[in-house]
Amino acid sequence: MNSETPALRLEGIVKTFPGVRALDGVSFSVMPGEVHALMGENGAGKSTLMKVLGGIHQPNEGQIIVSEQPVVMSGPLEAKAKGIVFIHQELSLAEELSVAENIYLGELPRKRFGLVDWDRLAEMTNAILKKLKVGFDAKTRVGDLSIANQQMVEIARALTVDAKAVIFDEPTASLTDAEKVVLFDVIADLQKAGVGIIYISHRMEEIFKITDRISVLRDGQYRGTLITAETDEEEVTHLMIGRTLDLSRNASHHELGDVALAVRGLSCAPLFEDVSFEVRAGEVLGFYGLVGAGRTEIAETLFGLRDPSAGQILLNGEEMRIQSPTDAIARGISLVPEDRKGQGLILGMNCRDNMTLPQVDDLKAGPFVAEGSEVAIFDQYRDKLDIRTPGWKQLVGNLSGGNQQKIVIGKWLSMHPQVLIVDEPTRGIDVGSKSEIHNLIRDLAAQGYAVIVISSEMPEVLHVSDRIVAMYSGRIMRTFTSDEVTEDKLIQAISGMAGTGQVA
Amino acid sequence: MQAGTLSTFLKRGAIWGFIVLELIFFTVAGEFLSLSEKAFMDAGNMLLLFKQSAPIGIIAMGMTIVMINGNIDLSVGAIYALCAIVLLDSMTWPMFASLGDAVIPVAWLLALLTGVALGALNGLIVWKTGVDAFIVTLGSMLGYRGLVFMYNGEQPTSHLNWTLVDFAEAQFLGLHTATWFLLVVTAAIWFLMNKTVHGRNAYAIGDNREAAVNAGIRVGPHMMINFMIIGFLAALSAVVFYSESGSVNPNDGELYELWVITAVVLGGTKLTGGAGSIISTFGGVVAIQLLRKGLAHIGADTSTVNLVIGLILIAVLFLDRQLNVKGKEELKV
Repeated sequence: MNSETPALRLEGIVKTFPGVRALDGVSFSVMPGEVHALMGENGAGKSTLMKVLGGIHQPNEGQIIVSEQPVVMSGPLEAKAKGIVFIHQELSLAEELSVAENIYLGELPRKRFGLVDWDRLAEMTNAILKKLKVGFDAKTRVGDLSIANQQMVEIARALTVDAKAVIFDEPTASLTDAEKVVLFDVIADLQKAGVGIIYISHRMEEIFKITDRISVLRDGQYRGTLITAETDEEEVTHLMIGRTLDLSRNASHHELGDVALAVRGLSCAPLFEDVSFEVRAGEVLGFYGLVGAGRTEIAETLFGLRDPSAGQILLNGEEMRIQSPTDAIARGISLVPEDRKGQGLILGMNCRDNMTLPQVDDLKAGPFVAEGSEVAIFDQYRDKLDIRTPGWKQLVGNLSGGNQQKIVIGKWLSMHPQVLIVDEPTRGIDVGSKSEIHNLIRDLAAQGYAVIVISSEMPEVLHVSDRIVAMYSGRIMRTFTSDEVTEDKLIQAISGMAGTGQVA
Repeated sequence: MQAGTLSTFLKRGAIWGFIVLELIFFTVAGEFLSLSEKAFMDAGNMLLLFKQSAPIGIIAMGMTIVMINGNIDLSVGAIYALCAIVLLDSMTWPMFASLGDAVIPVAWLLALLTGVALGALNGLIVWKTGVDAFIVTLGSMLGYRGLVFMYNGEQPTSHLNWTLVDFAEAQFLGLHTATWFLLVVTAAIWFLMNKTVHGRNAYAIGDNREAAVNAGIRVGPHMMINFMIIGFLAALSAVVFYSESGSVNPNDGELYELWVITAVVLGGTKLTGGAGSIISTFGGVVAIQLLRKGLAHIGADTSTVNLVIGLILIAVLFLDRQLNVKGKEELKV
């Protein structure tokens, strides 16, 4: 392999954002005809690296070298012109248009007078589709295709240019097993055609099946490249986690109460299936898994945002149907959502109004809003949660991420819930505030709340949880107690690897 | 069977089914309720229907492409009135006095150019400022209407040219002049949207703007061209109608934008852009005109007509929503 020149080479790429060194000297190369896996935990810098490659971010230092020519990427078009093609996880297609029009979007072949040359378009498209061996034709409306076939359309786009390197970002996230086989065939064909492939995925199984080499990023740094045939899952996992985390496991020292919430065989096909777990009063139950594993969807179901297709939800041993968020709140289930700014807060409103939002109606004095009681509630939870704001009149949009999150938590605590679900408690929050939020979660458990924490950050789940539920594509793989869990076991469980033991 | 074929069929075919329903209903109801002796489906009546559809219909073709593109134009009614004034008044200008009937093409040209210019102004503002087309054209609707009133105050602007009236009232192969204009415009716009790169790019922009930008499509110029086309068509609509009537009130064309949008939406064009069909818009135009004529035929007054059309519009959008709900993944609100 080394006799050839790399299709794509990165040399010492550094990218800093204010206060963060997102990429710190990343170098690796992809040979023509090679499938090169890029692995790393969430936040390790994979997506930043892709944005640098695609010209969305400019690197502070370092070079991108395509076929031995240093290049500067000014944007997606430029990258494409240089032969670097992305197959995004989130598809970017015009659903109402035909397959052919999507493949040649922006480059429709023309006849005279600006007319579309439909014959040539169909001819060119069919030639590409034939290569891909797909079961649809150029005229099919993209919106009528399955997700897998839509992905094929994206891949077909890659084939319209003389691609040097194709980057697949979590391509199998929404594919069935049969569809994966087709995708892997396509990748093999690209490989034969001498295209270099960067394959980003968390799924060990796939990585070991189709890649030649594996490069690992951790905390923005390049951690080394392994030859797939000469390594094993354990070595890769260790390279990804690296440091032995000194995170004290916070198993509760207080007595746990009764089971507050029990879920039996809950399903919401195809998002998650046959999910069973329970949380006791005073306990923190962590949910860990990849994006798309179904964790948020379970939370949304418990909060009445989705209808389960099967299963039971028991609150204090009593079965109930939760039909709407109003229902859930009335029964003492609260959700601190994943997207704080989009789903949790009204940024243009002040702190007090945000905090009392769910109970304005209960607090009102006659027909009027009871401003006095609202201020009292705000003051109470500001002190309790140590929210740092000049006063209740401050707009929530002006607060730091950590304080915003505390407002959301305060909002729900003031409703006196039994079960508090926190989805990604520290997303977008700086390191100092993170540990404050973690301590807050531990405190809440100590006060007798049943807390469910959903997180994509392993140190976080390990740190705050009494028990951890590991999920993989909509199913619970295993539930760990904090004594038995290790990072390796956890990573293996959420990558869908066999041998993770009994299902809890 | 591919998924969505049934719903696609329902959506595309629905407007024609609706028209057939209307015809049956008014024919039967007309037997009992109509004061007139003539049957509803009388040939003369139907020909008149197409002629009366023309003013709204011609503009609706432009609105379809603007909406497919992901925009909207609320100023068409005002453009229509302003172009009508330019058409009628320019024929009386002293500098054209020596032209005789040759003033007609000159007046037409002036009116059409006015429409294109007003549309271009809309498009330019939408393109360069990035302000939503709804807001921009809401503003220009008020502004252009202001110009109409500035021109002649509350007075109507009148000029009858009998050569022009003869032309407008002529029938060729049984169809009125206005009907021919509607048919030619429909065919031309259909051709534009389905056969040219500009048309296909307009669909792409309305469907997924980000994808279009990423594919190197220049979004702004396409939008501006479409605003110029709808301005042209609003002017053409005025030219066709006022060639015959010869008198324009400053209030003429008010609420046209809403009738036009109603017809376009009935025809299945998505408010969010990306999807829509010229032929179905034609169906929407005919369906509304049928409803107006039919209700009048059975003795309903204008207010009833408006009420019924309003209800039908909401029912259609509700149906469309039901057909478009994507499986069970939709979150409950």
